[in-house]
This record gives sequence, C-alpha cells and structure tokens, in this order.
Amino acid sequence: MIDEILSRASKVAEAAEVFQVNTTETPVTFETNRLKQIMSRQSRSIALRLVRQGKLGFATASGKVKAADLVGRAAEVAEFGASAHFDFPGSYSTSGANVYSPNTEQTPQDTMVAIGQGLIDAVVRHTPELKCDARVVKGVVEINIANSRGSQAAYKKSIFHVEIEGTLIRGTDMLFVGDEDIAVQPAADYKRLAQTAIDDLENAKTNTTMPTGFLPAIFTPHGAASAFIAALSSAFSGRVVLQGASPLGHRKGEKVFDESVSLWDDSTIPLQPSSRPWDDEGTPAQKTPLIANGIVGSFLYDLQTAGIAKARSTGNGSRAMGGMPAPMATALVMSTGKASLEDMLRGMDEGLLIEQLMGAEQGNVLGGDFSGNVLLGFRVERGKIVGRVKDTMVAGNVYDLLRSGVVLGKDARWVYGHLSIPHIFVPRLSVSGKG
Amino acid sequence: MIEKDIRDRLAPILSSNKDKAEYIEIRLEESESTRIMYRGREVEDVARSSAVGGNVRALVKGGWGFVSFNDFGRINEWMSLAISQATHVGKEKSLFTSLPPVTDRVLADRAKKDPDTVPLAEKKALLDQYNEAIWSIPGIQTSIIAYGDGRKQVFFANSEGSFIEQNRKDVNLRVAAVARKDSEVQQAGLSLGSKGDFSKIEGLHDEIRKMAKLAVDLLSAPKIKGGEYTVVLDPVLAGVFVHEAFGHLSESDFLYENPQLKEVMTLGRRFGGKHLNIVDGAAIPGLRGSYKYDDEGTPARRTYLIKEGVLVGRLHSRETAAKMGEPPSGNARAIDYRFPPIVRMTNTIIEPGKASLEDILSDIQEGVYVKNWYGGTTSMEMFTFSAGEAYMVRKGKIAEPIRPVTLTGNVFSTLQNLDGIANDIDMNQGGGCGKGGQFPLPVSNGSPHIRIRSCLVGGR
Repeated sequence: MIDEILSRASKVAEAAEVFQVNTTETPVTFETNRLKQIMSRQSRSIALRLVRQGKLGFATASGKVKAADLVGRAAEVAEFGASAHFDFPGSYSTSGANVYSPNTEQTPQDTMVAIGQGLIDAVVRHTPELKCDARVVKGVVEINIANSRGSQAAYKKSIFHVEIEGTLIRGTDMLFVGDEDIAVQPAADYKRLAQTAIDDLENAKTNTTMPTGFLPAIFTPHGAASAFIAALSSAFSGRVVLQGASPLGHRKGEKVFDESVSLWDDSTIPLQPSSRPWDDEGTPAQKTPLIANGIVGSFLYDLQTAGIAKARSTGNGSRAMGGMPAPMATALVMSTGKASLEDMLRGMDEGLLIEQLMGAEQGNVLGGDFSGNVLLGFRVERGKIVGRVKDTMVAGNVYDLLRSGVVLGKDARWVYGHLSIPHIFVPRLSVSGKG
Repeated sequence: MIEKDIRDRLAPILSSNKDKAEYIEIRLEESESTRIMYRGREVEDVARSSAVGGNVRALVKGGWGFVSFNDFGRINEWMSLAISQATHVGKEKSLFTSLPPVTDRVLADRAKKDPDTVPLAEKKALLDQYNEAIWSIPGIQTSIIAYGDGRKQVFFANSEGSFIEQNRKDVNLRVAAVARKDSEVQQAGLSLGSKGDFSKIEGLHDEIRKMAKLAVDLLSAPKIKGGEYTVVLDPVLAGVFVHEAFGHLSESDFLYENPQLKEVMTLGRRFGGKHLNIVDGAAIPGLRGSYKYDDEGTPARRTYLIKEGVLVGRLHSRETAAKMGEPPSGNARAIDYRFPPIVRMTNTIIEPGKASLEDILSDIQEGVYVKNWYGGTTSMEMFTFSAGEAYMVRKGKIAEPIRPVTLTGNVFSTLQNLDGIANDIDMNQGGGCGKGGQFPLPVSNGSPHIRIRSCLVGGR
C-alpha cells in the first residue's frame, strides 16, 4: 500500500511521504472498586504529506484506504497549503532507543485484572468508604515511514499504563486521590501507586483553609506538572518562537531562570514511553538542552519550522491525532537539587504543599501565567502538614517563580510518562483563600 | 455506505450471537473532514481526513466487552472477542433498560449553506479575510485560526432489533489574536460552531477586529486583586458555568454506584433559589448538541435537572437509568467508533428570568463583569473556568477593563449564591467537551446574564 501511494503521488507531486500507524490496545477498566469492562482497540491509519508546486498537501485515512483517493485529496488541498521549507530526508536512521518490550504484549489479561484489583484492594483496605476507578492498559504501536526519495524505516513501541483514582465523599466534600505509571513494560509491582493514594488520604484527614496573601509553597512533581509545564512547553516550541509569541524567543543565551534550573527535552532514554528512535518525520531522536543552568538554550523544531527559522530539526516533529507534524516536546527532564521534601517542609513556618491544581492551564499560558484551584493541597504549619486546604486558589508566573529563591528537590520522578521533575519550593506564591 | 447492504450484513451476525449475551450492539461509522489552520500571517496546514470504522459492545452479567476496529471484514471475530471479554468480566446481574426496537433514518439538518457545497477556495478566502482583519490592528504579534468541517454517517444496530442510521454535519471555527509588548503576552479569542451551517461563521469581520483590539488593550489593563467579589456573567460564560458547575454533576455514571454521592444528589434537594431552572436535552432542535437518538439508540429527550431551585432529574445511559430506577434520558454518547458511549451533556441551558441586565448590575458597589470564555473544568465539587474579558463594576455600572480572570468555587454553595437571572438568553455553540479521554464532543450551552455573590476570583 505504501509503495502504491508513493508511486501515485510521484505522478502529481515533486515529493511525498507516507506515515503509517497500526495500534492494538487492550484497556481493562474498573469502576467503583470492581472490574467493569475489557476493551480491545485495533486501529490502522495512514497519512500522506506531499509537496506540489512547492506547497504542502496533507491527507489521512483510517480504515479502508484507496491510494487514488488519498493522493487526490492531498493534491487538491496542496493548492491552498503552506509553502514547503524543507526536503524529506534522503535516508532514515535505524538506531535509537529501544521502546519495545515483549513483556507487555505477553502480559495475560488475568494479570492485568489482578494488577488493577490488587491496587484497589490495597487502597480500600486503608479507607473502606473509598470508591476507586482504575485502568490497566497494554498496547503496541507499529510505525512505518517512507518517502519518495527511497528512505524507509519502521519501529515498534509498547506501552503499559496503570492508573488508579479514588473518590472519598463526606457530605458534599469530595476528595480525589491517585497516581499513575506509564511505561514501556509492566513494573515489578505497583505498591508505589497505592502508597501515594494512602499518603494523600492520611494527609487529608482534616480539612482546613488558607489565608489570602503571599506564602511559600512546595509543588510536588504532579503539582509542578499542573502549574509550570504548559507554559514551558509552549515557550520552547520553535513554532511559538517563530510567531514571536514566546517570551523566551529573543532571550536565547540569557539567564532567565535560577542557575539551579536546567531542563532537557530527551527522547533518547531507553524504555521510556515518550522516547523513540526517530520522530514522526524520521529525524533521529536527540537530547536537547532547553535551559542550561538558568540560561535559555535551544528551541524545539520539526522540519518545516526549522526550515523557516534557518535552524535544524531537533527531532521534535510529532503528529497529534494523525495531524501534520508539528514541533512538540517529547520527554521533559528537569534537573534535581539537594533538598529532600522533609528539608523543604522543615524550613516552612506557614505555607502550602500543592499536589494538584485544577484549571491552571486556562490562564495566559503564553505569558507564563497560571492560576488554578488547589484540587489537592495541604497546609503546612511549623514544618508539619496540618490538613487539606479547600476553597483556595493560587496564581503565579513561571518566569517569576523559577528565579531567585527557587529550590529543586533531590528526588525526581516520572509524571504522566513524559515528565521527570522533582519537588519544587518557591518562596512567594500568591494564595487566595477563604480562611 | 449503503444502508441496505449494511443492514443485510449486520442482521444475521446479531441474531446468531444474540443468545450469548444479554445485550449486543454494533456501530459503524464513515466520516470525512476538512481542516484549515493558520498560525501567523500564513496558512500552516490544510488537510483532509476520512475514516471508516466500527465497534461491537456486549453485556454479560453486568460486565462489558468492547472492541473497536477499522477492518469491518473481520466483524465475526470482533463480535466473538467482545462477547468473550464481557463473559470474562460479568459476575452479577445485568441491569440495562430495554427499549422497543426502532428502525429509522435521520438525515443531516438542512443548512442554509452546506459546507460540502462551499469550494475550498471560498473557505480559504474567508479565513484569509479574517486573518487580515486581525493583522489590521496595530500591536498584534500573531494570530491563530482553526477551521474545521465534517460529515459523519453512523449506523447503529442492536440485539433488540433496532437499526438506526444517523447523519450529521459540523462546522467549527476558533480564532485567536495574540498581542505582545516586551515580555507581556496577552490573547483574546472567539469560538463558534454550528450543526453544519457554514453561514453561521460568515460575516464575522467586525467581531474579529474587535477581538484583536481587545488582545492589544489587555496589555495595558490592570490586574485585579484576587479575592471574593460579586460577579455578573454574560450569557456565553454563564453557559460554560452551568456546564462545568452543575452539568457534569448530573451525569449519573459518576454517582450510580456510589451511595454517598447518591445521597448528595437526592432528587428533591434544594440547590438554588426559586428562580433557578436548568435543563439539558438533545431534543431541542438545531443546536450543536442536538440529535434524534443517542449512541445506545435511546430517543433524545429534554430533561429538567433543576426546577425552581430543586434537583428534579439527571442524565442517564441505559445502564445508569436501570440501576437508579429512572427512565433513560438519551445522554449516552461516544465521540467516535473508537469509544463506548458514556453519559454526556447535550445542550445545557439556564432558563431566563425576569430582570434586565441593568437590574442585576444596579446594586453592586464593587464587582466584576466577565464575558466570553477561555476554558473551564470541574472536579464535580469544585469548578474553575476563565473569562475572555473582564471589567470592574462600580456603583452599578460596567467600568474599566481589567486583565481576564479565573473564577472558581464550590458547586453547592455557588448555585445558592446565584441570586440574579436576567431575561436575555444566548447560546454558546463553540468548543467541545472532554470526559474520559473523549474530546471534543459537540455540545452547546446557554444562559441569560447571571449574578453570583461571593465568587472567588483569581487574576489570570
């Protein structure tokens, strides 16, 4: 099929590229503490990108595909498309991180059910009124790429995803606890996920409020993900930089963050789910420094934006939901510091520990602002967690907060499979509360 | 796909497997869509997509099996897999409202201007004009325009003997302008949609120019001091408010197996004042969340959720309805063939009251007037959503513009604090709703201007 599409495309276009994805996925889902549904998803999609009279045309098809239709559609839209500022690669790299483990496919359905039920039982044993939903998913993705210059490559990726969310209702008070693990292969055990939920349940036994004002705060890795990452991902996108909409676009080489802060985009780490041997355009994966000791390093590019910016693709061309490639972060990895969470808490006379913000990404993300409701967070007094805060909003700006006084924790962890980040202490965060 | 062929293929498969499960359904879909995307002065992406796919869902002893596929040729294999999965899961009694079989064919709404009849060149020309309208405003740093249209044909057949074909079309447009001065970046946006009527997104040039000017003006607008304020919401934002702050809580899949939550949501519980009426329904014609049958073949209805301030109804699938002993409401929806249907909103509306906008503003000494939406989300108990525009209210009048704000609160106390409902109403047809990984589902919401006391406002 790929060859037929390329050969037909060559008759109407100067250059063409086919990207094919076949996915098999088995999600096992639990509702209110018990097994509810087993699913199986098989999908096939094929995308054609071509350059016709210097302009880009793009078409995708899922399911039954007629090569002539796909080529016809891509050729038709090329008339109105953007000018192409790149050539398809003359060869594709064949090396790179391994992202496939046969253990994933070989995990029996019964084992998946046992993982989910075991996790739920462990947490419900701690708090019998808790109602848990859980998901255990195994999946395999096969990716093929080929272009009209004769380049061709393929790889396979496996994903094993486990998540649990418990809901505790007391009157109209709702508490949500949980954790997730997204990896290339199953972990030896998932006790860590149950422990996160249990720790949060312990810390949330009493509810409290926060006063309004500026207070020190600690973001847990999940909390930091919900506050900072949307803004940083967009600021380092080569596309946002090209549009002049990134506050960092004209500050390359300048010290914008505290010197303890470094950040990489890294798709080369073996057996990480956001790694890959090459990106969705066939450019080899790489480790790109975004922030080096507080100094703004590189931006992230795909072929087209790199062509316009007169830069080189950083291997960040990604196709979200079968769309055209666009520069996107793969795995973001932040530097770590020396402080443990206990050290950070010890120094805190009055403050806030934030595990989850809700709606923070609705703010002016481009400007680095975030403002969210503290969905799960704890009040700290004289170094001790004294209860879960309710009715509390926090607001801040990532460029202000990651500057002087910021302290990075020593233990980073993976969040959502694509972010490795430690606890982060900030000396002054705007808090609005009813207490 | 041709209706008769599909029917002839599906009927024997369903009848030969019918005894192996308590309920089986097959959905097949064919869809086509066009997307045009701009970032900055130039077009970035023009693309066409097509998909053919389907799924089988089976219920055995309360357990579900679900298989989605692109390869219809192996339908017998998918059917067996779904039944064996359900059998593996099921350990109790199935509770699922049965419905009389329906055979029907629903065509797409007849639109004033069908997007399929509009040449790509004309679509592109309109968007070029909109982009120029944004760039005509000094101080603009960049623009984003995302246009999409599509058509979808869905066949639904189940073991009860129903066979339903539904066709729908959708048009959506999001336009945003970004302004920058030094390190300050501000943006303003506009989001519109229709059930397949291209004319609804035409003639927006003035509105878009105004939007672009707003983005520039926001750079010099002051930030509000966070805290509690009396806020007045325009119909668009009030629509988002009713969707986030109450709508999601009425989706019964969240509570049907949770005794503590069922107690919180007991019918008859007072949520607000006597002036408060909230309704949801796909049977309200012509809106983006409208349809004739949901994705379990249940006919669409109109369901009062709150009547005179009291909880009177909720949204159901056939399973949640049976488990709670209530009639199904026709709210089981799936974004496409890759997902099983779950309980979703359709068109969610706060019904108009008697006051004018001036009335509900008149006794506010210092408050905030918020307009237009930027986003919203809920945890069921707490909600947060953000405005596209905000103004101070001083001595009963809308005063100076401020930076856009985020509003947050507790659903239960906020509805009690909703103390003013105006007599105007407007529908918000843009955007889409996300739940359980299914995004963006076409919904609409609507409301008159409303006023909320003691609402927590944060700077955006």
